[in-house]
Amino acid sequence: MLGKLSWSAIPLDQPIPLIAAGVVLALLLGVIGWVTVKGYVPYLWREWITSVDHKKIGIMYVLLGLVMLIRGFSDAILMRSQHVLAYMAPGYLPPEHYNQIFSAHGAIMIFFGAMPFTIGLMNYVVPLQLGVRDVAFPTLNSVSFWLTASGALLVNISLVVGEFARTGWLPYPPLSELAYSPGVGVDYYLWAIQISGVGTLMSGINLVTTILKMRAPGMNYLRMPMFCWTSLASNLLIVAAFPILTATLGMLTLDRYLGFHFFTNDGGGNMMMFMNLIWAWGHPEVYILVLPAFGVFSEVVSTFSSKPLFGYRSMVLATMVICLLSFMVWLHHFFTMGAGPNVNAFFGMMSMIIAVPTGVKIFNWLFTMYGGRIRFTTPMLWSIAFMVVFVVGGATGVLTAIPPADFVLHNSMFLVAHFHNVIVGGVVFGLFAGLTYWFPKAFGFQLDETWGKRAFWLGVVGFVVTFVPFYAAGLLGMTRRLQRYDVASWYPWMIAAGIGTLIILAGVVCQVVQLVVSIRRRVALQDVWGDPWDGRSLEWATSSPPPFFNFAVLPDVRDEEPYWTIKQKARETLQLSATPDYEDIEMPRNSATGFVCAFFSTVIGFALIWHIWWMAIVGFIGAYATFVVFAWRNRVEELIPAAEVARIDVRNREARERALAAYGVRQREGVPA
Amino acid sequence: MSQSTGTGGGIAGQSESDREQMDRHGGVHDLAPGDEPASGEEVASGVRGYLVGLALAAALTVASFVTANGSFVWGPAIPAAIVVLAVAQMGVHLVFFIHITTSPDNVNNVLALAFGVLICILVIGGSLWIMYNLNTNMLPMQMPGMPGGTGN
Ligand code: HEM
Ligand SMILES: [Cu+2]
Repeated sequence: MLGKLSWSAIPLDQPIPLIAAGVVLALLLGVIGWVTVKGYVPYLWREWITSVDHKKIGIMYVLLGLVMLIRGFSDAILMRSQHVLAYMAPGYLPPEHYNQIFSAHGAIMIFFGAMPFTIGLMNYVVPLQLGVRDVAFPTLNSVSFWLTASGALLVNISLVVGEFARTGWLPYPPLSELAYSPGVGVDYYLWAIQISGVGTLMSGINLVTTILKMRAPGMNYLRMPMFCWTSLASNLLIVAAFPILTATLGMLTLDRYLGFHFFTNDGGGNMMMFMNLIWAWGHPEVYILVLPAFGVFSEVVSTFSSKPLFGYRSMVLATMVICLLSFMVWLHHFFTMGAGPNVNAFFGMMSMIIAVPTGVKIFNWLFTMYGGRIRFTTPMLWSIAFMVVFVVGGATGVLTAIPPADFVLHNSMFLVAHFHNVIVGGVVFGLFAGLTYWFPKAFGFQLDETWGKRAFWLGVVGFVVTFVPFYAAGLLGMTRRLQRYDVASWYPWMIAAGIGTLIILAGVVCQVVQLVVSIRRRVALQDVWGDPWDGRSLEWATSSPPPFFNFAVLPDVRDEEPYWTIKQKARETLQLSATPDYEDIEMPRNSATGFVCAFFSTVIGFALIWHIWWMAIVGFIGAYATFVVFAWRNRVEELIPAAEVARIDVRNREARERALAAYGVRQREGVPA
Repeated sequence: MSQSTGTGGGIAGQSESDREQMDRHGGVHDLAPGDEPASGEEVASGVRGYLVGLALAAALTVASFVTANGSFVWGPAIPAAIVVLAVAQMGVHLVFFIHITTSPDNVNNVLALAFGVLICILVIGGSLWIMYNLNTNMLPMQMPGMPGGTGN
């Protein structure tokens, strides 16, 4: 009846996961109970769960990313403390548990932390920057989000029911094959990643279509803000790379479930093909993550240097070159597998060439700052720290891209240092910069700068103290994924990394405090007129938070920095442009399709993990029925009458009128900006 | 409020004709493939197109089954023949179902197709090259009771 599922799946004998799960469950039930008692459920259902508004979906993506980053960070604390304790000792985490922790850490951080956070920012910002009202396929967007959430849920269920993979964040066969991993851990991994991977692919298609097809009148390609360009590149990579991931994991699934021999030791299988395919997705994946972060830095550096981005066209070119090259280097992840010197040399050189367009970008940011009037706000601080740190990470990347050197460095702590250096110092810094930068747009008030700066300094110092020791330990011969070790020279570095993790923890606490403090001080921090940073692109042309239709009339774009031009004109004449003629607006209606689909996907995933076949069939029927119901609905849009649009827009115009008047007064009195 | 002090990076605004062009091709008025607003007559010709496509696709499918099973083609050439038929099949799909044409409002679609083809070439070609080299560099499998292979 219940397949492989029985009471023994609950790890009653292991206190740590059980307590952790208990706390999470209590929190979850507490929140649900509180929401129900307060009567917020209908509101949540109407305004969030069934919403197809790209802004709300973006916010939910970011929230999911933040929660999962904290979840992944708790794994990191476990690993770092284990390494402090496990010198010449067993530590407190037994090997089978430690292996699950590092696997869950990597998978959660990449698939459910960084990816949703990145996609959330793109979802929120791209349509606003393009001057349009939503993404190309609003309901699909909701489906994408809920599928990602479904995957995240499955991974977290594995904490209490059963186990997670012990194979690392990429399940290399033959270890991940049934013969060597007979438990449900790898199955949890496979179905969670498959479900969320489909969501990611659909969101990629959605954003590519949005950028290619839905720009405001006059917004041609070379007038798009840099963040839109990097989002385009990133989503093109998603569309091209995620099918490879799905197919590869699909083949492993067939091996495990139906006795196929794609990657097995026997029966003509070839596990080297798995490494090859998984990295043909995996290397583009790292650029899927880092390109949007590059876009954030471009926006932030230009805004806070009060200058247009230096070398816009070279930046576009560099972005697209990276997009292409990222598909030509994947072998550098398995130089040591033995493809031979000619193959290794080719991929080594291609890898080094990627550093060139990246270098172009760094110089462009530096020249944007050069001669600018820089305001050192939190987003700007993250960006500057990124530039310093990322150059080091890129350099160690180039080092490992030299095949002979990689034979020494491969799978050492040096490699671990490299990728944390680029992913934390590039992607995560970028996400935090973007979060603080666009937060006032999304919620109508700024984040508290004092706590933001505390979080920044603790975060950066903690990052350096944690990951620089990894380089040292790697050069001293320490390999990755060790549960315990006996080498004296590694011990001090592991203690240093442990201290660094504590500093990061303090930074994380500051980040949370910042949110709480900002919410309490939201009146003082209010963003009254929608443009708190003196921004340059179209998202700052609308109110904060924007009305659900984003723009009362679509902006008319005439140059690269459309909002800056509008603003300068208003400042010169000290008056806003004429009141536009408002028209009726059609907006897509809410839909529960995404939520219901994801519910059934979770059922399917859980059933397949535990071999509960009837339940999987029920899930499939449910998902299909949802799809049919959606396809047959006949009212898809809602009409917002022009009068209503005008009523909402008048408030925005009044606020801007006041801001402009204040500007005029300052100008007359000769007060510097 | 600060003034723009920048000199770098600015590109002079595009001309009006650029704007119009963009409205037609990249802007909100662009159509997705298969999304052409159709009059009655066009519906008929559209259906005809799909039927022709279906017939061609079916013919190619049948042909590949015949090729694979029969003695229709010289044995060793069968894989090559199947590849040719598969490529033709893709062409039929692109033209009749996906509506890739060379008209100017199809630039996006053609570019997307080119990108896809390029990625396929890179990944499939690269994989073949990598796997071939791995294969030739591997030590021969050791059979029980036999001395180890010499490798190369
Ligand atoms: C100049 C640019 C870069 C070069 C030349 C480079 C090179 C490399 C090489 C050669 C490896 C494999 C080393 C080994 O396994 O022995 C590697 C691993 C890795 N890199 Fe980079 N890299 C670069 C940038 C980046 C960026 C920007 C990111 C992410 C945003 C990134 C993320 C990773 C990850 C996640 C891994 C290891 C994954 C694993 O084995 O689990 N790299 N890099
Ligand atoms: Cu790589």
